[in-house]
Amino acid sequence: MTTSIEVENVSKKFSMQYQRTLKQVAVAKLRGQRIKDSFWALQDVSFQVQQGEAIGLMGLNGSGKSTLLKHIMGVMRPTSGTVRTRGRISGLIATGAGFHPQMTGTENIYMNAAILGMTKEETDAKFDDIAGFADVGEFLDTPVGNYSSGMFARLGFSVAVNVDCDVFIADEVLAVGDQPFKKKCMKRMEQIRDSGVTLFYVSHAAQSVRRMCTRVIVLEKGVVGFDGDVDEGIHYLHYDDSEDVDAEEEQTTDGELGSEV
Amino acid sequence: MTPGAETPEGADATVAVRHDLDHVPLVDPAAKGGLVGVLRRRYLLKLMVRRELRARYIGSKMGLAWSYINPFTRFLTFYFVFGIILGRGQVPHFAIHLFAGMVLVNLFTESFNSGTRSILQNKAVVQKMPLPREIFPIASMLVSLYHTGPQLVILVGACLATGSFSPDPVGLLAALLGFGIVILLGTGMGLMFAAINVMYRDWTRVVQIFTQVLPFTAPMMYPYTLVEKRFSGFPEITHFYLFNPLAEAVLLIQRGFWITTISPADAKTAGAEWGFKPGLHTNFPDHLFERGLIMLGAAAVFLVFAQWVFTRLDDKIPDRLV
Ligand SMILES: Nc1ncnc2c1ncn2[C@@H]1O[C@H](COP(=O)(O)OP(=O)(O)O)[C@@H](O)[C@H]1O
Ligand SMILES: [Mg+2]
Repeated sequence: MTTSIEVENVSKKFSMQYQRTLKQVAVAKLRGQRIKDSFWALQDVSFQVQQGEAIGLMGLNGSGKSTLLKHIMGVMRPTSGTVRTRGRISGLIATGAGFHPQMTGTENIYMNAAILGMTKEETDAKFDDIAGFADVGEFLDTPVGNYSSGMFARLGFSVAVNVDCDVFIADEVLAVGDQPFKKKCMKRMEQIRDSGVTLFYVSHAAQSVRRMCTRVIVLEKGVVGFDGDVDEGIHYLHYDDSEDVDAEEEQTTDGELGSEV
Repeated sequence: MTPGAETPEGADATVAVRHDLDHVPLVDPAAKGGLVGVLRRRYLLKLMVRRELRARYIGSKMGLAWSYINPFTRFLTFYFVFGIILGRGQVPHFAIHLFAGMVLVNLFTESFNSGTRSILQNKAVVQKMPLPREIFPIASMLVSLYHTGPQLVILVGACLATGSFSPDPVGLLAALLGFGIVILLGTGMGLMFAAINVMYRDWTRVVQIFTQVLPFTAPMMYPYTLVEKRFSGFPEITHFYLFNPLAEAVLLIQRGFWITTISPADAKTAGAEWGFKPGLHTNFPDHLFERGLIMLGAAAVFLVFAQWVFTRLDDKIPDRLV
């Protein structure tokens, strides 16, 4: 077994600037008002992930999931602690990042792939897969500004899932797109997982986490509240109580997904 | 599991090969290597520059021709206003004198301005993707440099149109040196302020005002000889004036593309009121080249400093881009 991700005592402090301009800052300082406030979005988070594990990252909104994933992606640096990863990381934290509305779908595919670290040759080789997955038809050669939001998301998703990566990160991505596309995405992510890629999957949907993941990490206000077995993790979050209206909704969605895949 | 129709079975095989990760080290995913990291991602850089250029002319019938039409119109304006309306024959080929300087000053202000805005403008990518963030101001600089091409073409065309253009290797070297100084400085300023601008958004405005003043600090709307003449009693001021790297760079490009267009006949008709006299030495400060080389060195040191500032602010950039 190879360690894929190593997160050690990671804490992240954000300062929230109340004043944005120099003048406002100066005035606030003169008046003795507070110009910033800080809070910890992650506190002493530690865990190790082995290559090929599929982690379901769960927690309420604002608990720090996206922040943690940004640290693993290397977008952010921790205030203290260390993050180490092995191999290439791709993911759906950045669906459509770098898409230029005036450029065509094809041009944007190349751009997006390059941002994700692919070379021209790699993109050439994968182009048909990407275009096929996005399934936007002849719109591929029109500016993406004309796309519907679903098409836009599909294009971004298809680039990301076709990157040859070692760690794949998906942050609440399936919130966009229609049912057939969601199904296709889940299926593709299962393929990615089964090929030995380490998976990090953020979702509020208990059933899809159950199907995708081999381990659950729950964040609570920036602290790891639970790390372990999938069913226990879901139970820990009370996501299996069906009184919760939200959860019920999610489960219906999951149910639909589950029945066909 | 059954492989989906979208992915041939081969795809899984390639992934499996890549996954022999025993020899791949555990690394800090946030270490992107700064300017060296940008060099490693030349392909992405190329796409970014191309996107920027394409986006600018998308939907316009004449496309890239616009990048020639703009400077050409500017040159014609200079020619009519300075050469014909104000043309008292004080400085021969004054329009070229001005336009040559403009090429470099534009390059500088453009890469400074667009570099300063670059990270904020690419917010969506910066927040989500691990990239060496220096890539954005660098791309801005390359776009500006690309726009210099057509301007150079117009400049050379104007020089040739005088009928007395006799470029010399030393002059061309001087112009090259001028470009070197401006490229290093423009990159440095763009880099440094791209990061500073994320912290305080006001800097976009400050930089705009600063770059509006800049053209007046270099000897292009007036000849260098006039500066020397006005401050003939105070050589320190002239000396101080020449500390401005942009002034030095403009003088260098004029050494290559303006003084070399002046034939002896032109020189005779020139008035001495603005201090113009034929000959290299009266129109340029002493030690033009030595000064140029020192400026180049200083600009290189500045770029290193700018990178240092950028690195210090870099970690805060994604946090502040809300
Ligand atoms: N750049 C930032 N500056 C200040 N606060 C932030 C920033 N990014 C996230 N936060 C705050 O950190 C907390 C965790 O956010 P996030 O990681 O997006 O949560 P989640 O993805 O679990 O919903 C939230 O309270 C959010 O407001
Ligand atoms: Mg989130």
